[in-house]
Amino acid sequence: MSSAAVATSGLTKRFRRQVAVDSLDLLVPQGAVYGFLGPNGSGKTTTIRMLLGLVSPTAGHVDLLGHRMPSRSSDVLARVGALVEGPAFHPYLSGRENLARLDAADTTTVAGSARGRVDAALDRVGLLPAATKRYRAYSLGMRQRLAIASALLRPRDLLVLDEPTNGLDPQGTREVRSLVASLSAEGATVLVSSHLLSEVEQMCSHLGVMHAGRLVAQGTSAELRAGIEPEAVVETDQPQEAARIMRELGLLDVRASSTGATGRLGRIAPEKIVAACVHSGVPVLGFRVGAPSLEDVFVSLTGEGFDVSS
Amino acid sequence: MSVADDVRSPRRVSSRFLRSELRLIFLRRRNWAGLAVLASVPILISVAVKLSGGDESGGPDFFGSITDNGLFVALAALTMEIGLFLPLAVAAISGDSIAGEANIGTLRYLLTVPVQRARLLAVKYLAIVIFSLAATFTVTVTGMVMGLALFGGGSMTLLSATQVGFAEGLLRVLLASVYVGLCLASLGAVGLFISTLTEQPIGAMIAVVIFSTASYILGAIPQLSWLHPVLITRHWFNFGDVMRDPIAWQGVQDGLYVAAAYAVVFWLLAWARFAGKDVTS
Repeated sequence: MSSAAVATSGLTKRFRRQVAVDSLDLLVPQGAVYGFLGPNGSGKTTTIRMLLGLVSPTAGHVDLLGHRMPSRSSDVLARVGALVEGPAFHPYLSGRENLARLDAADTTTVAGSARGRVDAALDRVGLLPAATKRYRAYSLGMRQRLAIASALLRPRDLLVLDEPTNGLDPQGTREVRSLVASLSAEGATVLVSSHLLSEVEQMCSHLGVMHAGRLVAQGTSAELRAGIEPEAVVETDQPQEAARIMRELGLLDVRASSTGATGRLGRIAPEKIVAACVHSGVPVLGFRVGAPSLEDVFVSLTGEGFDVSS
Repeated sequence: MSVADDVRSPRRVSSRFLRSELRLIFLRRRNWAGLAVLASVPILISVAVKLSGGDESGGPDFFGSITDNGLFVALAALTMEIGLFLPLAVAAISGDSIAGEANIGTLRYLLTVPVQRARLLAVKYLAIVIFSLAATFTVTVTGMVMGLALFGGGSMTLLSATQVGFAEGLLRVLLASVYVGLCLASLGAVGLFISTLTEQPIGAMIAVVIFSTASYILGAIPQLSWLHPVLITRHWFNFGDVMRDPIAWQGVQDGLYVAAAYAVVFWLLAWARFAGKDVTS
């Protein structure tokens, strides 16, 4: 287990009758940047709360940095920086005072250097100029940055960042990406959850996809991509007709859109499709064959991206 | 990160978190306003008595003695505030202790620092005890300052008509303050427990006030005398016993026992409730 930063086995959480997380076997290798994906309500946050000992599992167990949770939480959690379900701070304290409070609660840090630690964390997320401003006056993006700063108050071996780009502008999102990259370069393992694959795709070495409480896919980004079959796309003004022809040719998963039809190629030679369309009088405005994006895989695993899993 | 040197193995005891907790309580404007209200009562009493020229004797306990010695303003104010204002102040702080953090979500971040849950309850309760004493002393110190300024000090005639010197009189008033503070701290344990049941600090606060008020009401119904010994407010007015000569320690002792029992039982209830609770706020 020493090579896994996070390992769960059979992790399950039931809230009354609803199963929020269903026998999860999460494996985040040490040093990985693990993208934890899933639509809103798929159980990501409940899983993260169980990892951190906030919620106790109904069944199964969690090992964090090689230690069993939550019994060893006092040994482990100081080495874990966490951002859970958005920022939460005392509204009438400044950003600096809020971080100082969290630092004061940590029995593993030295009081004398608290100010330096707090300011270094604020500086790292670009909040130092707003350090003395009350939290209630912060914008959503600044609040999110402060939460990230609190996760960076001291060196961490593992960072658990739940939706870190929520509320950030594109510039802020880019900054989070480069921050994650630099943390990873420093040797930290990072688990980033998101419901938007596109936000984390570029920075992740590993991906896990949740849907309705279950982990439906997990592996390195390359492994997940390898399972993707090429698709053929016909652009035409007669999508239904094109789709019919593609089905007849034996393409799988054929879907018509307003601008054309798409289907999994399987063993069909792509040139046959164009020929068949032209032969049936369907004008072909464009044709291409390519692998679907990881986004398409994500959507195919979880249904539509914005569906709330119930 | 360059701060690697700052990290050390966990300490067993540290006052940093408690000090942070106290700053949170005592620097909050709402709490300043609350303490100002507490302080306004002895001011009101002393000014009213002064303006009446002390001719109109009567009024609740200790009122008649105010013109004799200003220290009695503190005790008269305690008598007036122990019914509602002081319990209300303790209810506000203790009801907010866990529910307030849960309400704004800071609880989850404290627990992942990590702060062990028993330690969180211990620090929160210690802060409540300190606040209870501070609230009581706000009343009595204001009362003594106002009383001494308007009526002067000197030797003090106790309830049993014995005369004691100013220093002893002062000491006895401080003793009464500590007693009331500790009684209120036991109500704070009830508040801490209620605070672990909800994410609504206002609801918790109201529940604590209901608890203390209900205790007074039950205590006023003679047919329920079998219940009286276990009521939290039962011995609160015993602070007057330290103004007798000799001091009626029995009443004070009974009050401290009940307070200690409430503190221990409700702290443990809070722990039993909170230790394994899912934090989903």
